[in-house]
Amino acid sequence: MPKFSRPKSLVDKQTHFCPGCLHGIIHRIIAEVIDELDVEGTTIGVFPVGCGVFGYWYLGCDTVSASHGRACAVATGVKRARPDRLVFSYQGDGDMMAIGTGEAIHAAARGENFTSIFVNNAIYGMTGGQMAPTSMPGQKTQTTPFGRDTAAAGFPIKSVEMFATLDGVALAQRVSVHDAKHVREAKAAIKKAFEIQLRGEGFSVIEVLSTCPTNWGMTPTNSIKWLEENMIPYYPLGVTKEGAVK
Amino acid sequence: MKKTLMKGNEAIAEAAIRAGCKCYFGYPITPQNEIGAYLSQHLHKKGGTFLQAESEIGAINMVYGCAATGTRCMTSSSSPGISLKTEGISYMVGADLPCVIVSVQRGGPGLGTIQPSQADYMQATKALGHGDVHVPVFAPCSVQEMVDITTEAFDLADEFLTPVVILLDGLLGQMMEPVSFGDDAVEQKREYPDWAVTGHENKREYRNITSLRLHPEELEETLIARQARMEGVKARTRSQAVNCEDADIVVVAYGTTARVIQSAMEMARAEGFKIGTFRPITVAPFPDKQIKAACKNAKQVLVVEMSLGQMVHDVKAALEFSVPVEFYGRQGGFVPGPEEIFEKIKEMTVSL
Amino acid sequence: MSNNSNFKLHEILIAGFGGQGVLFAGKLLANIAMIDEREVTWMPSYGPAMRGGVCNCAVCISGTLIGSPVVHHPDTLICMNGPSFDKFVPNVRKGGTAYIDSSIIESTYDTNDFNCQYIPATTLATDNGLKPGLGIIVILGKVIKDTGITDLETVKKAIAETTHKTDMIDANVKAIEIGMSL
Repeated sequence: MPKFSRPKSLVDKQTHFCPGCLHGIIHRIIAEVIDELDVEGTTIGVFPVGCGVFGYWYLGCDTVSASHGRACAVATGVKRARPDRLVFSYQGDGDMMAIGTGEAIHAAARGENFTSIFVNNAIYGMTGGQMAPTSMPGQKTQTTPFGRDTAAAGFPIKSVEMFATLDGVALAQRVSVHDAKHVREAKAAIKKAFEIQLRGEGFSVIEVLSTCPTNWGMTPTNSIKWLEENMIPYYPLGVTKEGAVK
Repeated sequence: MKKTLMKGNEAIAEAAIRAGCKCYFGYPITPQNEIGAYLSQHLHKKGGTFLQAESEIGAINMVYGCAATGTRCMTSSSSPGISLKTEGISYMVGADLPCVIVSVQRGGPGLGTIQPSQADYMQATKALGHGDVHVPVFAPCSVQEMVDITTEAFDLADEFLTPVVILLDGLLGQMMEPVSFGDDAVEQKREYPDWAVTGHENKREYRNITSLRLHPEELEETLIARQARMEGVKARTRSQAVNCEDADIVVVAYGTTARVIQSAMEMARAEGFKIGTFRPITVAPFPDKQIKAACKNAKQVLVVEMSLGQMVHDVKAALEFSVPVEFYGRQGGFVPGPEEIFEKIKEMTVSL
Repeated sequence: MSNNSNFKLHEILIAGFGGQGVLFAGKLLANIAMIDEREVTWMPSYGPAMRGGVCNCAVCISGTLIGSPVVHHPDTLICMNGPSFDKFVPNVRKGGTAYIDSSIIESTYDTNDFNCQYIPATTLATDNGLKPGLGIIVILGKVIKDTGITDLETVKKAIAETTHKTDMIDANVKAIEIGMSL
């Protein structure tokens, strides 16, 4: 029976993430996939501003930091220069669906052959808990102290449904990491996305539903429950588009 | 050497290909569109990539990603577009990444005009991003010089790990002049530099390229080291002084207006006025020592710009306010004629 | 044709409708100057100014370095339509010449400061079996003869450099010859 151990491409270092944060799990499954595909030496990761910005401390592949919102543009530049490399971006909800929507949509529309891993935890973690484009209606945040009022602050954006409308997209799928079963499914989705990229089939995006116990003001256990009860009904899990770009 | 007639914008694009530029990322804006159009037609023949980005912000960040892999790349834009690129330029400076940025100035603020202007001197030399950002800026004044400087700019960027700006205006971009490119050099296979993010192939430690320096000691150290490195660029400042030895008035201008002051000087000399000219070829770092030497016998200095007066402040500072400095400017897209500059010179000589 | 030391600055402005060969005539002139190893600049009107049909280009040719490539007061003006007649003829330098296609422009300009040459260029072109678009080249032939800036041999080389359509070379040469015979 295989022994549970640290993946080779996950650096032996304690993370800076808050207790109960799921970023560590997402990092780990990416590292497992990198190991399984044996691509650590040929992978370049792009980590923009957000809680995920320190990904370069934890993953053993080469990495580039990006400014807030520009990960898909930076990844485009990396991939166009080195089409022989596996390139992925690791973006938060502000990065992907607020300040960087233009970059993300156009990278997808061009069918850029890289993978975007989009962690949606419905809040701005790094800046201290402000409303995200994906915050739920009624959700209390630092900038929606009375709950997100959709009449004033609009509605959450459903990203993979939107990506699915673009012809350059080879895979758009939403997963979650709130329990072991879903972690396994998330890992399989990320592996599938990387394989799609290695076959040169087009843009792949995996939206990962995650939590932020600190800024949600909940215990880790309650935050898992909140994700299940509030986010999954609004953000249904599953594939919204799959198939090589023609 | 065979000469061909080329527009400045096209010549710069051809020079970039010959300098080994492998990727171009840009967003259309007048008056620099010929650069992208030319590269979209020709860059792929040398195995390069042309990509029209979704915005100037997208373009500069693609340049950032591409440069991080150690690949020669460039972008180009005009005034409002350069404003958008300043975000990415700051990150590139912070991450010590090389690239070439062509800035073809138009008149502002706002939409302004697409006619020739030099109203973005401050933007290019002082304001290409937040933080202690200082980027070398070349200001050529002829199509041949644009070509020669393009090669130099790529080399300088690689040597000093910094974005380098080539500052033009609509006139220099649109004007055709005969130009030669030298012999077709056999392209050297470029090694990826030892700082680049290329995928480590399990042969070295993993690398990260970032501008993030959270610890005060680390950021301060990085800034001071970068400043020390950029001191080396100062040794490369270039300028051109003509007839300054005996000149009562030295007229200073860069780019397009530097051509016009040359004609004005000839007019004035023909009528017995002792006039010289000084042209900074690099405007950042500013050629402080050279202008001081050129103006050592001058009784007055006249700065001519297509703006309300921007470089004039650098001239005053370089001369340490030891010589009276006057300004003559045209705005709105007007290129001053030599006659009006000669009139200004005559006005100034009354007080000599 | 080198001897640049005595070659004075020529400031030439060519103006007309888009499609009349204004930019082409300017490029031809610039190529002539380049072959003769002169200093030369060619500067088009650009941007929205060139939309709406009116376009112009300025060509400066000199034995020494050229200052501004912008021409405010041309010593030679080639004028191919009414709007550019109104706009540019009054700006011709004292002692200069305005060449006006009188088969398109009916107006005349009364002045003693500069010379006005009225040439039915487009008609001359079509009467000789050439396309009307070569009217401007007929005028260019006349300008070359009057100014003596170059010889026919250089013009022929320059035409081959400027046009990519080989079947247009002979027609352009013929247009130049018609102009030079005026």
